[in-house]
Amino acid sequence: MCGLQKIDAMPLLQVKNLRTYFHTRNGVVRAVDGVSFEIEKGQTLGIVGESGSGKSVTCYSMLGLIPQPPGRIESGEAIFDGVDLLKAGPPQLRKIRGKRIAMIFQDPMTSLNPYMRIEDQLIEPLLIHERTDRRRAVELGVQALKDVGIQDAAQRIRSYPHEFSGGMRQRVMIAMALITKPDLLIADEPTTALDVTVQAQIIELVKRMQAERGMAVIWISHDLGVVAGLCQRVNVMYAGRVVESGPTDGIFRTPQHPYNRALQKSIPALQPKGVELYTIAGMPPDLSKPVAGCAFAPRCEFVQDICRTPVELKAGASGQSTACVRVQNGDLKL
Amino acid sequence: MFRFIAARLLQTIPVLFVVATLTFFMVRLVPGGPFDAERNVPPEIKRELEAYYGLDKPVFQQYLDYLGRLVRGDLGPSYKFANRSVNEMIASTFPVSLQLGGMALGLALLLGITAGVIAALRPNSALDYTASGISMMGICLPTFVLGPLFILVFALNLRWVNASGWFDSADRILPAATLGIAYAAYIARLTRGGMLEILSQDFIRTARAKGASEARIIFRHSLRGGLLPVVSYLGPAAAGILTGSFVIETIFQIPGLGRHFVTSAFNRDFTMVTGIVIFYAVLIVFFNLLVDIVQIWLNPKLKY
Repeated sequence: MCGLQKIDAMPLLQVKNLRTYFHTRNGVVRAVDGVSFEIEKGQTLGIVGESGSGKSVTCYSMLGLIPQPPGRIESGEAIFDGVDLLKAGPPQLRKIRGKRIAMIFQDPMTSLNPYMRIEDQLIEPLLIHERTDRRRAVELGVQALKDVGIQDAAQRIRSYPHEFSGGMRQRVMIAMALITKPDLLIADEPTTALDVTVQAQIIELVKRMQAERGMAVIWISHDLGVVAGLCQRVNVMYAGRVVESGPTDGIFRTPQHPYNRALQKSIPALQPKGVELYTIAGMPPDLSKPVAGCAFAPRCEFVQDICRTPVELKAGASGQSTACVRVQNGDLKL
Repeated sequence: MFRFIAARLLQTIPVLFVVATLTFFMVRLVPGGPFDAERNVPPEIKRELEAYYGLDKPVFQQYLDYLGRLVRGDLGPSYKFANRSVNEMIASTFPVSLQLGGMALGLALLLGITAGVIAALRPNSALDYTASGISMMGICLPTFVLGPLFILVFALNLRWVNASGWFDSADRILPAATLGIAYAAYIARLTRGGMLEILSQDFIRTARAKGASEARIIFRHSLRGGLLPVVSYLGPAAAGILTGSFVIETIFQIPGLGRHFVTSAFNRDFTMVTGIVIFYAVLIVFFNLLVDIVQIWLNPKLKY
């Protein structure tokens, strides 16, 4: 590649001010509202947040997987290797999807096509993107299944998805995503639908594949424990915005944003036994109503009038960025 | 697979027995007989006729005689068409209906699936409303309106084809189109529904994430599951469409099997009614078996 120096100088993916709105009958839902982040080659970025905080929509927007309408990308850019994914046309995006950026999904039970053999689904990225001839593609497919730890790969590749267990299907999904050796893997809650032992296996598998191939990973999850053990950097999202971002250690040990702090406090395992479980008072905001200032303000115990003014994510001293006006002004230390 | 088909074929024997029995007795419950007419046949001749056909015997004896012949595949003589057996009647008229029905079915599948897929690709768009609207019209327009309309436009005004008859290949066009459009409309709606269901599934998102083109998503990922409702519908529909339509055959003067369905009942042509009903039942059973086989082939989750 001739642009190697340029790639090294720039982050692999740089997202700036991404806004994705859904124009529904009940108004405009601001699912993603000004999200910026970047990820370096080979790095692992975790995106955490509760359901509906915009984690998945952020990633789907970059790949053009948002149903449009009702979805619409209102602003922003997502520069991947010099190409703005948000401005790329469908043919250009199709060349990147499944080839350079691959995805795995939450529910392996429904994410594989029940009407097609594993073989046909597994080798599809090779047929689409690399025009590999079929016999060679099947060989690579069998190898890919072996790599993700499926026994008797040469026989099992002829099976249909319903003949596999959930964990096995997620292994197939991973093999399928990695078969074109992508630069970036987006994992959308890939362990949520699996039981705990299988979860651990899948996480280990992704770690191992990442170490072998040096790809970057965006790991979307609401499981803070999984993210803590896997990622170098973490974005904490709330109501369509990144409220805190930084190295994993800082995010978990020294949370600065009140929402992040409350989130850490809600992990049952970190609380003394016998104490009533901590919950954040109130409900996440209705995203179809515009919010002036901090979206967490109505539920925040440190709220002041200044919190109703617009707030941006700003880097602090430790390399941890926080979107809290009071923290930025230095009058709130958590 | 062989055992499945063999078992299903064995199951048809009791079905056909029940169909034959019910029909045999039901046509005889209707007042009147094959030799009653406005101008009555002299009683001695009527007696002769009834003796010749065995209609003077007790009904149960007639039933046993009928079953005896049925087992050998003989549907008996027609009471109305002298010197012709029901087997001959079906053999001479069914090929005509089969040809017409086959063309109509082909047209219906081609038009229906295409329109349904197009509508499902852009749901609630102008294209969808146009395709769905036309197919709704197709469902609502009965063949006895559409057929004469076609004759008026294409035969009488434009003079492209003959108004009726069944002689050269151009004569097939109008009746096949009239018969096919009604089915096409229904198939289009079933296809649209089936495709919309499949296109909203998670695995379609997976396919998109792999960089699959729209064509690949439709033909490789969706059509197989999306057509399952159409396939279930096709079993009974194919049997109906291939055995001919009374309305179409009357409008276009086609010597098919369809009109015998109705005329034989009016004629009290007992053997003809029973024979055609049994023939129809055989076709229904056959097409339903075919549908089941196709579904097993389409849907890997089904086991036999």
